[in-house]
Amino acid sequence: MARKTPKKRLLGLFGDFEQAIKVIIDIRQYEIPGVSVDNITIKSPIEHPEIEEILGDRPCHVSKFTLSGALFGLIFGAFFLAAAQANFLIQPQGGKPVITITSNLVLIYEMLILFGMLATFVGFLFGAGLMRKRSTLDDEMISLDQVGIVIEVEDENIDPVRQLFEKHHVLEIRDRELKDQ
Amino acid sequence: MAEETHLSATKDIDEKIAWAEINSDVLRSMENPRMGYWLAVVVSICMLMVGVASEVYQYNVGMGPAQLNNPHMWDLYISTFVFWIGMSHSGTLLSAILHLFHADWRKPIYRFAEAMTTFSLMTALVFPIIHLGRVWNMHWVIPYYSDRGIWPNFRSPLVWDAFAITTYLTGSVLFLYIGMIPDLAICRDNAIGWRKRLYTFMSVGWRGDDRQWRNFRKTYLLMACFLIPLAVSVHSIVAADFAMAIMPGWHVTSFPPYFVSGALYSGCAAIITLFVLLRYFFKFEQYMTLPILDKTCKLTFAIAMVWSYLNLIEFASVWYGHDIPAKEVLIAKFTGPYSPFFLGMLFCGSVLPFTLAFEKIRRNPMLLLPISIFLNVGMWLERYMIVAPTLSLAYHPWSWDVMWPGWVEWGIVFGSFGWFGLLFLIFVKVFPSVSMYEVKEMVYHRRRVVYEDAELRAHEYKKGASGASSAAPATEGS
Repeated sequence: MARKTPKKRLLGLFGDFEQAIKVIIDIRQYEIPGVSVDNITIKSPIEHPEIEEILGDRPCHVSKFTLSGALFGLIFGAFFLAAAQANFLIQPQGGKPVITITSNLVLIYEMLILFGMLATFVGFLFGAGLMRKRSTLDDEMISLDQVGIVIEVEDENIDPVRQLFEKHHVLEIRDRELKDQ
Repeated sequence: MAEETHLSATKDIDEKIAWAEINSDVLRSMENPRMGYWLAVVVSICMLMVGVASEVYQYNVGMGPAQLNNPHMWDLYISTFVFWIGMSHSGTLLSAILHLFHADWRKPIYRFAEAMTTFSLMTALVFPIIHLGRVWNMHWVIPYYSDRGIWPNFRSPLVWDAFAITTYLTGSVLFLYIGMIPDLAICRDNAIGWRKRLYTFMSVGWRGDDRQWRNFRKTYLLMACFLIPLAVSVHSIVAADFAMAIMPGWHVTSFPPYFVSGALYSGCAAIITLFVLLRYFFKFEQYMTLPILDKTCKLTFAIAMVWSYLNLIEFASVWYGHDIPAKEVLIAKFTGPYSPFFLGMLFCGSVLPFTLAFEKIRRNPMLLLPISIFLNVGMWLERYMIVAPTLSLAYHPWSWDVMWPGWVEWGIVFGSFGWFGLLFLIFVKVFPSVSMYEVKEMVYHRRRVVYEDAELRAHEYKKGASGASSAAPATEGS
């Protein structure tokens, strides 16, 4: 079995989002060997939805969690309430039905929303990769006013990436050996 | 110079603010509490103690001192409960609506408004428990399978209330927390000691990468979509507590929208009050700008007019509905023993907001502080005027009885404001009360607009005359 080429993770810090974007456009345009846009992560202090036009579509599964949670809330709510009311058969109902669908609709709606929101939150935690150990290749300036580009690159291709970073006025470059290959 | 002053008076935020300055200003507001802050804490604790002492007294001697008796089973506790539920509406609901409509001006003010929602709900939840009287039997209302012969009535709006408010509290807390995660990461990167540990735990490993922002955006949008109907349902259900009864003055179809508009109204007024206080005490003039205050006031004015209209439609439907007891209650509200409160409500709720029609007042925080407080006095009176006159002057003339709340009730209501104030004061010192990352976004977008505008002008100038100067490029955070 052939030994894998050692890889590194490179972080370039930029003072300007436009410069960071130019780096990614160049990577797309000039096709640096061993570097794929799929292996690029952009870290920024604010949300840049326009980034997706350059990085391409990347998956986001939060909506699936939301739908599952809402459906669960709907079904569970209906059964929970019906079960609770059926258990109170002994209660005098005054001629009214034991399981009251019309009033239960209000409560089922609340349960749908409650579980929908909880599932959305869980989906966010999973989808965003939160509650995991933070990468050591990080910088506090990213939460202030700098933009970071993280690229996974093979050792032999590091220099072209560094040059590309420098061409676009990178402020600082850091690298870490990738151990989990 | 004059043009620059005019511009700063019209734009929501100044594009020249450096991002580092935003971080340092907001983080500074969380440190080194000054004398004024401690004074506010002491006042809140004293108010809370009055409430606690009143409740302890009521716990020991029973509900007698609260004067809750037939026909006044509901009184100050329930009206104040509805008031606090109403207060809770603007924060999350407006934040969610304005988020969906991309109204950027919400960004510097939504955080404290959402916190206000959460704490209002926490305050409101205390009142039904106090109102029960026998608080030690509180668990009897929980709908668990019981062999004690106690069954919750799922057909009652009071049970719906429990479901709706719990869901709303959960949703509001999640919405507040999710929106705060990127800011908690900023706090984590700048804190030491216990704060560092707290923010590290609460920021759940936020690094600000594109994957996290992508999921964040989607999550926040979905939560906003859930919260808007939820908030409407919560106050509609609170309205159903009254409207589904057959009491005169309560059995009105327009009650749910009336309650929702009243809730939005009182919440907006509270946002103005807190806006002015935070702006002054934390020196947030750069972020909580006068144009944003102006917009909040316009929104409040619009909601006030909706609320006034719904009042009128309620009066008209009772007047022409030929429901004699309801009509008598309405006449009694205008002319009877409760008329000072009722007319006070109409003045504070429908006449006073016309001051917000004037731009000079909308941009004067010192005037807006008392105005917003009086708007909320009107909204509190509204809730009291829903509850008290109907119970006092219902179907049976022999049971008519004008009731004035006892000192225990006033003490507990007074204490609730201390409880709310204390929670809010703790919040603003532990968590950022202005959203740092979203203010940065505002500044970023504003810069782009200015830059594009400058580019356009330069282009036109070049076309008109040769040798035109080019505009300076925008930068991310400097």
